[in-house]
Amino acid sequence: MRLGLVIDLDTCVGCHACATACKEWNTSAITAPLSDYDPYGREPSGVWFNRVRHYEIGEYPNNKTINFPMSCMHCENAECVTVCPTGASYKRPEDGIVLVDQDKCMGCNYCSWACPYGARELDRESGTMKKCTLCVDRIYDESLPEEERQPACVLACPAHARLFGDLEDAQSAVSRVVRERGGYALMPELNYQPTNQYLPPRTRPAIPTHDLGRGSLARKVKEWVNRVVER
Amino acid sequence: MNPSLAVIFLTLFSGSGFGLMAMIAVINDLPIDGGLSPTRTAVLVGVALLLVTIGMISSTAHLANPKNAWRAFTRWRTSWLAREGVFAVLFYPLAAADLGWTFFQNTAHGAVALLLTNAAAAIGLITIFCQGMIYACLRTIRQWHTPLVPANFFVLGLAVGATIAASARLLSGGPATALIAIAVTLFLAAAILKAIYYFWIGRPTGTTLQTATGFNRGKVRLLDQGHTFGTFLTHEFSNQISARAAQRFKIAVYLVGFATPAAILILGLHAPLGAWALVAPLAALTGIGIERYLFFVEAQHVVNLYHGRTPAAMPMMPASLKTRADVTQRPLVPSYEKR
Ligand code: SF4
Ligand code: SF4
Ligand code: SF4
Repeated sequence: MRLGLVIDLDTCVGCHACATACKEWNTSAITAPLSDYDPYGREPSGVWFNRVRHYEIGEYPNNKTINFPMSCMHCENAECVTVCPTGASYKRPEDGIVLVDQDKCMGCNYCSWACPYGARELDRESGTMKKCTLCVDRIYDESLPEEERQPACVLACPAHARLFGDLEDAQSAVSRVVRERGGYALMPELNYQPTNQYLPPRTRPAIPTHDLGRGSLARKVKEWVNRVVER
Repeated sequence: MNPSLAVIFLTLFSGSGFGLMAMIAVINDLPIDGGLSPTRTAVLVGVALLLVTIGMISSTAHLANPKNAWRAFTRWRTSWLAREGVFAVLFYPLAAADLGWTFFQNTAHGAVALLLTNAAAAIGLITIFCQGMIYACLRTIRQWHTPLVPANFFVLGLAVGATIAASARLLSGGPATALIAIAVTLFLAAAILKAIYYFWIGRPTGTTLQTATGFNRGKVRLLDQGHTFGTFLTHEFSNQISARAAQRFKIAVYLVGFATPAAILILGLHAPLGAWALVAPLAALTGIGIERYLFFVEAQHVVNLYHGRTPAAMPMMPASLKTRADVTQRPLVPSYEKR
């Protein structure tokens, strides 16, 4: 098994629901808590396993906003694990999930240097490295109803832009969608062989505006009045 | 990368200590300029041990959870950091035995003394190599992913070691010509290697925001980092320095770190310097400390791409500020660490 996530960049609306759901679940899950520093102050910061960034691709008028969630990719060739001197970081052979044993970590930050995707964050309160657990404490929990045995971020996403499954099984829903939609891995040239895949946005031409009429006289008067009244 | 003092001191002082140990072995093996007397061997081995200890203590200062530090030796099969720890710890009994043997048996050139000196020196050199590989094995940081890194660590450690040995000889009197020639040659080699490195890191890298996001065909621009204030990632990876400041620091490395100690040692050949000879190793340590600071602050982790960092631009900053050198010197989030 090779469990991971597939992120659909076409439907992601950039609402950060996955990031907050992740924070909510994991702040009381196996590597809890996810410490916050100055949460209500002027300089709020803290540990997150999942961060959403926003990019613009292309140039006007053929540009597009892309919302870009990133969490641990649970890489096949996870150098964050091989560089760890204490053995705190490990990759589970049975499902490929990369975890940090909080009882062994000495907080040297070395694994975070080795991760190209910014997936690891040091918790200053506990002094240990923390990262996405692929919600290992949800996906196998038999006390949950079957459809809820999924990562918190996947369940929270209102746009269904996050899919969870076994990417080794060619017949699984995630493998199929990666095949059909041309899913890809980030920074393939570094050869970390990330498990998580990204589905590219579908490209549609921009809606043309040049053929629109210039508007009637009444409309021009209305616009003029609007401008004047605003002042 | 965050130029944390703990890591700068670790590589600077322990590298110098191991380099000194290696020089002691070379001086007594050949012997150079008549070799070292037992007492002087013992004193210099003591200095080497002291330098390594300063480095090791400051390295634990950078651990967030030092109570688990003992576990750091367990993964030596895969981790260069673990290997460094193992060899650094092996160094202590050998160097201590060497110190004790030369001092109490009052011999520096007997078989046992030489064996101990050489064994400690070899372990020290292996430790420097492991230290270099800690950085050189990271494919995420292009400025470190090069054999030039361990090569630089070697030559700088040996240069400081040779400077300490040569200035000690100037202090205590006696022939010093060959010692000083070795030190000056090492500084020359260091200057050439560092020049190669500084030119090499100027080359553009293969990884860009395009490959990082997968949008290989078009322009990609960061709109929003998604957080209001700094994160662990910006704190740890976002440090950088303006090209102008970097150039000034590099000149300082060459002047303070290489030229000054070499000049003082050469001067010592022709005029009695007395305690002023000690300025040579101090200048070397200061200059190489600046070199180590640059080594960290110039290194750019690939994750900076996701924060919109390209070598030429700082995003989320008004264009009017971008040209001001003092602004770009500061990390994205200067006060994250203070609280
Ligand atoms: S994304 Fe980073 S932390 Fe996760 S497995 Fe890959 S290298 Fe390790
Ligand atoms: S911070 Fe912890 S998990 Fe990461 S390399 Fe160091 S000991 Fe290993
Ligand atoms: S899988 Fe779980 S831990 Fe990972 S990003 Fe999603 S919610 Fe967070």
